[in-house]
Amino acid sequence: MSRLNQTVEKMAPSGIRKFFDIVSEMDDAISLGVGEPDFVTPWNIREAAIYSMEKGGTHYTSNWGTLELREAIAQYMYRRFNLTYDPRKEVLVTVGASEGIDLALRAVLNPGDEVLLPEPSYVSYAPGIRLSGGVPVGIPTNMKKNFRIEAADMEPLITPRTKAVILPYPNNPTGAVLEKEQLEGLAALLRDKEIVVISDEIYGELTYGAQRHCSIAELPGMWDKTVVLSGFSKSFAMTGWRLGFACGPKDILGGMFKIHQYTMLCAPIMSQAGALEGLRSGLENNFADVGKMRREYNRRRRYLVAAFNQMGLECFEPLGAFYTFPCIRSTGLSSDQFCERLLREEKVAVVPGTAFGASGEGHVRCSYAASMEKIKEALTRIERFVSRVRKG
Amino acid sequence: MELKDEIIEILLKDARTPAAEMAVMLGVDEKAVRECVSQLEKEKIIVAYSAVVDWNRVSGDLVQALIEVRVTPQRDRGFDAIAQRIYGFSEVKSVYLMSGGYDLTVLVEGKSMKEVAFFVAEKLSTIEGVLSTATHFVLRKYKDNGLVMDFDENGDSRLAVSP
Repeated sequence: MSRLNQTVEKMAPSGIRKFFDIVSEMDDAISLGVGEPDFVTPWNIREAAIYSMEKGGTHYTSNWGTLELREAIAQYMYRRFNLTYDPRKEVLVTVGASEGIDLALRAVLNPGDEVLLPEPSYVSYAPGIRLSGGVPVGIPTNMKKNFRIEAADMEPLITPRTKAVILPYPNNPTGAVLEKEQLEGLAALLRDKEIVVISDEIYGELTYGAQRHCSIAELPGMWDKTVVLSGFSKSFAMTGWRLGFACGPKDILGGMFKIHQYTMLCAPIMSQAGALEGLRSGLENNFADVGKMRREYNRRRRYLVAAFNQMGLECFEPLGAFYTFPCIRSTGLSSDQFCERLLREEKVAVVPGTAFGASGEGHVRCSYAASMEKIKEALTRIERFVSRVRKG
Repeated sequence: MELKDEIIEILLKDARTPAAEMAVMLGVDEKAVRECVSQLEKEKIIVAYSAVVDWNRVSGDLVQALIEVRVTPQRDRGFDAIAQRIYGFSEVKSVYLMSGGYDLTVLVEGKSMKEVAFFVAEKLSTIEGVLSTATHFVLRKYKDNGLVMDFDENGDSRLAVSP
């Protein structure tokens, strides 16, 4: 009999682990399997954190995070996403958006509550829902619909137990986005229902279409139903700093705050100092660093999508995050087989779509958070592999 | 951002990027890229395409010096005539007119400190109108043309696969 909690005992290991183990034993592998920016944090942010430590900034901060940072976050959310929050009661600084996901779920779920979750999506949501006593209810998406969800996909899955819906857009792993008109359809369905929207907008700065990212919280009647989660990892290349934030109505944020103060106390003060500099300089120079990274990602994105389509791996156009999600069915291999053979035979690491939910079968996730030089070499190897597999 | 600015940004990073590749990266026709590049060349916005070399790694000696030069400007021609007399020498890599305590910054290259010192003493300081020179030898380049040289931050320390 296991000593572990039953939910933990039943939890499946991450589908990524196996590839990580193989690739870490190779010395000349190229990885398009990385879920973080290849840019180093801009120097002014690093410098600000160093300076704050030199000055002796090594203590706890307010449980909410420093007021200066929360004020800057509130300004940022208004300037970039047209959302208004009170920095004193509606903004919580978290240890990465990951903590925000966990807090939001624990704050709202009662045992047995159902949470709607588009799939494929980021690996943490379903385990997070289960650990909070909830039941994940997948909304499968597919390439035909550009991996978007519509009200019609969601409506039949809503039951009296449905407590929350997670909106993970721009999406990891598919790169799909929901634009304003699609969000309006969802808002029309959700507006008169008692369902909390947990909108994970960590990739909100990284969109490439004609429209900038739009948050569902901006739509009429939705602000009060929505917790927006975001952070500094992707837009400011600050993954290792573990710093995110949650914004939302007072009652939900208050619940999240209670858990956070007892389990985390506060986010690291030096990370908060760095993030404050990132926001301040960004508000001054109109987020020039983010813009530069976005342009670079966009070029790599177009290049990858064109190359995959050319080699017959159908790839829809992802308009957000830094992932492409090509279809590999034409090779006759499963996602898992494709990834394992590609890694062993050509030393290129990509991630099977199934690591992000069953509906990811037939696809692989290729990140373009890698230099153009590496992307080109990886594509040469993938093309060689695909034509070899096709010849049988 | 305009097409020409995007193209400049790409070429600054890799001047050998083929037009076809830029077209894919920017989502435009190859023809549009070619036309834009030739326009940039014609307008002398793009002046030349050169290699960035880490001279620390090149065998054989190469010495660089930055020389502060004070001069007397000439009537009607200001600093231009004297600058021209200086930049004509093949040893001179760059000449900038400066604000502040001196007038011209002259970047000189040679095979040895002695060679550079002789160039300054015999060629540069003897030019009519040059009042004084101060020579500073470059010992090491940490960052050149926006590129950090030989520093481990250029490596990739990320986990090879992450969610």
